[in-house]
Amino acid sequence: MTENTGSKLDSFQKKKNKEEMQQQLISFALMIVFTILAFVVVITGMDKMIAIPILITLAVVQVGFQFYYFMHMKHEGHEMAAVMIYGGVWAALLTLAGLTVITWW
Amino acid sequence: MSIAATQKRGFGAVLWDYLTTVDHKKIAHLYLFGGGLFFLIGGIEAMLIRIQLIKPDNDFLSAGLYNEMITMHGTTMIFLAAMPLIFAIMNAVLPLQIGARDVAFPFLNSLGFWLFMFGGILLNCSWFLGGAPDAGWTGYAPLSTTSPGHGVDFYVMGLQIAGAGTLIGGINFLVTVVNMRAPGMTYMRMPLFTWASFIASVLILFAFPALTVGLFLLMFDRMFGTAFFDVSLGGNTIIWEHLFWIFGHPEVYILILPLFGVFSDVFSTFAKKRLFGYTAMVFATMLIAFLGFMVWAHHMFTVGLGPVANSIFSIATMAIAVPTGIKIFNWLATLWGGNITINSTMLWSLAFIPSFTIGGMTGVMVATVAADYQYHDSYFVVAHFHYVIVGGTIFGIFAALHYWWPKMFGRILNEKLGKLTFWTFFIGFHLTFFIQHFLGLMGMPRRYWVFHSGDHLDTGNLISTIGAFLMAFAVIVFVINAIVSARGEKAPADPWDGRTLEWATASPPAHYNFKQTPLVRGLDPLWVEKAEGKAEMTPAEPLGDIHMPNNSFLPFLFSLGLFVAGFGFIYQTDNKAWLAVLIGGMAFSLAMMVIRSMKDDLGHHITKEELEREAD
Repeated sequence: MTENTGSKLDSFQKKKNKEEMQQQLISFALMIVFTILAFVVVITGMDKMIAIPILITLAVVQVGFQFYYFMHMKHEGHEMAAVMIYGGVWAALLTLAGLTVITWW
Repeated sequence: MSIAATQKRGFGAVLWDYLTTVDHKKIAHLYLFGGGLFFLIGGIEAMLIRIQLIKPDNDFLSAGLYNEMITMHGTTMIFLAAMPLIFAIMNAVLPLQIGARDVAFPFLNSLGFWLFMFGGILLNCSWFLGGAPDAGWTGYAPLSTTSPGHGVDFYVMGLQIAGAGTLIGGINFLVTVVNMRAPGMTYMRMPLFTWASFIASVLILFAFPALTVGLFLLMFDRMFGTAFFDVSLGGNTIIWEHLFWIFGHPEVYILILPLFGVFSDVFSTFAKKRLFGYTAMVFATMLIAFLGFMVWAHHMFTVGLGPVANSIFSIATMAIAVPTGIKIFNWLATLWGGNITINSTMLWSLAFIPSFTIGGMTGVMVATVAADYQYHDSYFVVAHFHYVIVGGTIFGIFAALHYWWPKMFGRILNEKLGKLTFWTFFIGFHLTFFIQHFLGLMGMPRRYWVFHSGDHLDTGNLISTIGAFLMAFAVIVFVINAIVSARGEKAPADPWDGRTLEWATASPPAHYNFKQTPLVRGLDPLWVEKAEGKAEMTPAEPLGDIHMPNNSFLPFLFSLGLFVAGFGFIYQTDNKAWLAVLIGGMAFSLAMMVIRSMKDDLGHHITKEELEREAD
C-alpha cells in the first residue's frame, strides 16, 4: 500500500471511529434513560397489565443496543455470532413457551 | 521437537507428554482410552444386570445393588463412554478434515478432557465409598432428593464436573469450525462428519446449561437445605423432569448426529461416489437439531401434562422421522450403483441402517401418546433406546474406529478380528434387545430387580442374557484387536482411497498436521485433486514458520482441584470440617486459573529450516 492512500485510509478510519464513538455514547445515554424509565414505571405503581409489557419492551430494546452497538453485531463478520445468539434465544424462548403452555393451558 | 518425537522414549516421558499435551491428536487418544475404560466398566455393569435377570427370582444381586447397577450403567454409558468416544473421534479427525493445524483453543481442549476424566473418576469412587447413586440415570426427584447415603451426591458432583468438560469441548469445536477452516473450505464444502459435529456442538452449547441448572438445584436441595423439589415446602418435583429432559432429549441427538456424519463419509468413501444429496443431508441434520429442542416432553407423556401439551409434543416428535428418513434414503442412494468395498467399517455401517431404522420405527410408536401409556416404563422402551443408541451410536463408533484407526495410530486393524467382532456383536445385539420388545409388550417393567417364574418371561430373558454374552465377547475381541494392531500392518497415508482432507496427511499426521495449509477446491477436496491426476493437495501458502501451542500441566491440576473440592461438597453435610477440603480444592483451581491468566504462554515456532530438513 502506498503512503498517500495510507493517510487517506487513516482519515477515513478516524472519521469512522468518531462516528462509532458518537453512536456508542448516544446508545449509552439512551440505555440510562431507559433504565430510569423502567424504575419510574414501577414507582408510579402503574397497572400491571400496562407496566409489564412496557418493561419487557424496554428490556428488549436495551438488549438490542447491547448486542448491536456494544458487542459490534452490526459490523460485518458477525453473522455466525448472530446466528448463535438468535439460536440460543430461540432455544430459551421455546423452553419458556413450552413450560408456560404446559403450566397454564 | 519432531526429531525428538521419532526417538524411543521412556515410559515416564510418554506419560508426562500425555498429561500435559494440548495436541488434538493426543487428546483424541486420551478420550479414546478414558471413554474406552468407562465403556468397559459400563459393560461389566450391563453384564451383571443381565446375569441377575438370567432366571426368575434370581438373587445374584441384591435389590439395592441392582438399583445402583442400572443407575451407573446408564450414567456411565451416556456421559462417560459414548460422549468421550465421540469426542475422541471429533478430536482425531475434525481439525484434519477442515485443514487446520489444531483446534481453536488447544488449552481448553485439554481442560475439557481432564474435567471429564476427573468427573468420571469421582462418580465411580462412589462404588468404594458407601454405595453408588441409585435413583436411575434420570435422577428423578423426589427419589434423588431423598435417596439415603452419598450415592446421588456423587452423581451430582461427578456429572457437574464432567458436564463442564463437555461444554468446553463443544464450544471449542464450534469456534474451530467457524474460524479454522483452510482457504477454500467453505461451509458447503465441509465433509458431513464435520458438519454433523458442528451441529452437535451447537446442541451441546444450548442443551448442557439446562443440565447444569438442574444439577445445581439438586445439589442445593441435597447439600444446602433448599427445597426446589420438595413439595412439602412448596417445591415442584416436575421441574427436575423438565430440566433433565430439556437437556436429555437434545443429548440423544448429540449422541447420534456425529455418527450420522461418520456413516455419510464412510458410505461415500467405500461406494466410491460423491455423497448423494449433500445439501439435503446438511439441512436434514440442522432440522433434526432444530426439532430436537421441542420434543422433550415426550419422555413425560404419563406425567399428566394434559392432552393438548401431549399432542403437540407427539406431533413434533413424529416430525423428526422426516429428516431422519431423508438421511436414510440418501445413504441408500449413495450406495446405489456404487463400486462398493465391504470391510469391517462398511459392515458396521451397513448393519446400522436396518438396526437404527427399527429403533426409529419403535420411536414413532412410543411417540403415539395413547399407545405410550402402555409402553411407558416397560422393556419396550428399553429395547427402543438400546436400538437407537447401540444400533446407531455404538455401531457408528466402531465404524469410525475401524475407518480412522490408521489416522489415529498409524496401524490398520486386523480385518479377520474386525469381522469376528462385528458378527458376534451384531448377532448378540439383536438377540439381546429384539426380544425385549416382546418382553415389554408382555408387561415386564423396567428397573425391577426380579421377575417371577409364573410371569412367562423366563425364555425371553434367558435369550437376552445369552445375547449380552455375545456382545461382551465381541468387545473383548475388539480390545485384543486394538492391542495386537500395535504390532500390525503399518498404515499408508491413504489406505482407503479416501476423499477428504484427513487422508492427505501422513498416518499418523505430523504434530502440525499440514506442512503447508492445503487449498480446497471443492467438495471431497482430496478426490478433486485425484480426479486431476495429482497425488497430493495444492498448498495455499508458501512454506514458512509454523506457530504451535506449548504443552501445559495446568488443565490437569485445575481439574484435580475441582475433583478434591467435589469430595468437600459431598462430605461437608456430615462434618463441617470437610469445608476445608471444599475451599482448599476451589482455591487451588482458582490459583491455576490465575496462573493461566497472568503467565504469558505464547507457544513456540517450528522453523522453516526444520520443516525443510524433514523428508516427507
